[in-house]
Amino acid sequence: MSEEGGRAIGVETIGMTKIFGSLVALEDVSIRVRPGTLHALLGENGAGKSTLVKCMMGFYQPTRGQMSIEGHEVAIRNPRDASEARLGMVYQHFTLVPSLTAAENLIVSRPDCPEIIDWKREIAALDAFMATMPFRVRLDTPVSNLSAGEKQKLEILKQLYLDRRFVVLDEPTSVLTPDEADEMLGLLKGMTTRGELTILMITHKFREVTAYADEVSILRRGRCVGGGLVGEIGTQEMARLMIGDAEIRERAARVERTATPVVLDLAALHASDDDGLPAITSIDLKVHEGEIVGIAGVSGNGQSELVEVLSGQRDLDDGRILVHGHGFEPVRDQMARLKVFSLQEEPLRNSAVPRMTVAENIALRTFDEAPIASLGWWLKPGTMKARARDLIARYRVKTPSTDTPIENLSGGNVQRAVLARELSGDVDVLIVANPCFGLDFASVAEIRTQILEQRNRGAAVLLVSEDLDEILELSDRVAVMSGGRITLDAPIGATDRSAIGHAMAGGH
Amino acid sequence: MTDVVTTVAVAMFAGAVRVSTPFLFVSLGECLTEKSGRINLGLEGTLVFGAMSAYAVSYLSGSPWVGVLAAGLAGSLFGALHGAICRLPKVSDIAIGIALMLFGTGFAFFLGKGFIQPTAPRLQAIDLGFLVSDPQLKVALQINPLFFIGLILAVVLWWGFANTRIGLVVRMTGDSAATARAMGVSVDGVRFWATTVGGFLAGVGGAFLSLFYPGSWNEGLSSGQGLMAVALVIFSRWNPLACVAAALLFGAAGALGPALQSVGISQGYHFFNAAPHILTLAIMIATSSSKRSLKGAPGELSITK
Repeated sequence: MSEEGGRAIGVETIGMTKIFGSLVALEDVSIRVRPGTLHALLGENGAGKSTLVKCMMGFYQPTRGQMSIEGHEVAIRNPRDASEARLGMVYQHFTLVPSLTAAENLIVSRPDCPEIIDWKREIAALDAFMATMPFRVRLDTPVSNLSAGEKQKLEILKQLYLDRRFVVLDEPTSVLTPDEADEMLGLLKGMTTRGELTILMITHKFREVTAYADEVSILRRGRCVGGGLVGEIGTQEMARLMIGDAEIRERAARVERTATPVVLDLAALHASDDDGLPAITSIDLKVHEGEIVGIAGVSGNGQSELVEVLSGQRDLDDGRILVHGHGFEPVRDQMARLKVFSLQEEPLRNSAVPRMTVAENIALRTFDEAPIASLGWWLKPGTMKARARDLIARYRVKTPSTDTPIENLSGGNVQRAVLARELSGDVDVLIVANPCFGLDFASVAEIRTQILEQRNRGAAVLLVSEDLDEILELSDRVAVMSGGRITLDAPIGATDRSAIGHAMAGGH
Repeated sequence: MTDVVTTVAVAMFAGAVRVSTPFLFVSLGECLTEKSGRINLGLEGTLVFGAMSAYAVSYLSGSPWVGVLAAGLAGSLFGALHGAICRLPKVSDIAIGIALMLFGTGFAFFLGKGFIQPTAPRLQAIDLGFLVSDPQLKVALQINPLFFIGLILAVVLWWGFANTRIGLVVRMTGDSAATARAMGVSVDGVRFWATTVGGFLAGVGGAFLSLFYPGSWNEGLSSGQGLMAVALVIFSRWNPLACVAAALLFGAAGALGPALQSVGISQGYHFFNAAPHILTLAIMIATSSSKRSLKGAPGELSITK
């Protein structure tokens, strides 16, 4: 930390290839990250971005290819080698220990952590270190009490504390509000420009690339398909390189409606989180027939608790849910009667039984009714499978057979199977939560089209999403949740990205 | 009346000090194991096996302290076995714990058959009776050195969790295995050692049962104290100092029946004898909630996940 300039190091991969069994995850990828730059790594899910950085960090051994640091070829055999070479990584899922304080997290991460810790001296040293940093985090607070933004900052501070000079950031802004993201990226950009650090940032947000990155490399299907200086390469070109010529289903047109009746009415909902603290407070929201209301917000502001309340996974403390003016309790028979359906995030956890077959999962809502069941208990597997086959074909679920356990399908196909179950009947209310998280472009387009089709058919859709672009694309009305409250509720035409961002940060 | 109250209070205090030691050792051992992210329900078996081996070795060697050491070593073998089996993929630490609990008690009865009759040398108490004049208190202050060792151990654990590298690594492993792995810590290794040392402590707790109070070896010796101690860790919110308080509370509850009997209240004797069990149940109900998760629970623990 003594020398200010010239700390940043340049890193290069040469012909990096990684083969898992028969799958070529990475093929001949050579990228060059110059010292003191912020280099963006763009690509779809499954394009090989994380395989590439895991090879660089020593978590995987590349099948072929080398790494070179400051022009010298270096073998990174394991994460320890990487940290000795001053390479570090900030993961999308934080690697902080929740019950330890920020100071404890920093100390324990040090390879030369003393056996007996002299806290007085260490705290003084940490304070001195913090004073040289562009941003700070409270040292004596357990990490579980820090906000997502603070955790992200602490992760980056940890890398600097460990004197890493080349840091990989995996989607660093996914948990931040737009303003926090801008602040963070601005500070990091400053550090690279001053030559204190080199950054390789994995992202899929073009805006961040054009605003903050110096250079960009684009991966598609395990290959580096292009890149260059930001400014020389436009957003259009980046998108084309990233997606390729994949066929994307045409989006359904939006049918315009006026003055339709309220279908879903949330009246003063209150619920608590797992620690018994208020998670949602006074949620009032109306969703009309044929309308998509999008709920935006940074993750952890009560959205998942709201969805859990609406889908019967969490108890309401207070308030009422009305569907068509009838009181609604999220139990199976009322869902069937009032035609309330849902598409949840992480479908394998929230809406499917992983080890049951595709056919059984598709039949979860109907297995005890005719024609699958007689008398409500005698099941006919033949009918169940026939129905499943029909839906699998209609919703283009790729599965070896109806008897395959659903956990063996890819994420996109699990979500399609759930889609088939939830949307094949008559839908009055549809609750959707991060439906496209982690899916490829083709599945995303397909799922969004289906949601729009339900809206056009007259369903009231409540869409909770952390992806602001998804909200802006699909919604007729936008609401923003922050700190468990609705901080904004406006028609899509009457608001914009900056107003939404402001509301996400808690402003009214 | 005040006399009766004092008598009962003194008897309960004496009971708390006397009876709490096995609770204390088992709960400290379990606390360490659970802090590393694993739960060992087999400590009841370890406790009984420790009691048997302490008694047998004390009898054979003539030295009770060699017996205590033997109990600890036997306990660490049980802990190591638990730790080693749980290293294998898709193994439930709870199921292995229950298996080891049955194995430990059964094996102890099998090997211990021949030691029910003979009398082994017992641990000597430290007599602090000179500090007071009251004859009842004099008896109550005949305190076993293991009790003091337990107290010191609790403080050492509490201090160690916050101030040593090993303490932080154990907590890290228990709260976020992914983080520990990312830092190059062997998660299974840490848990193996935490379970082994935890087993050692539980074994020593067993030695107290057979070598001091009640001070003999028979098959009904433990009556579930090892299991109660596991519940006690949850009640103490994984804090070693709170384990001391909880162990004393349980010890006092256990002394309630005999204390009341000593002043002539024999009605409901068996009910009062069941006080620790009832207390366990009451505490579990009072401190649990269907709506909130346990505060302070290590995040990797299979019961809280």
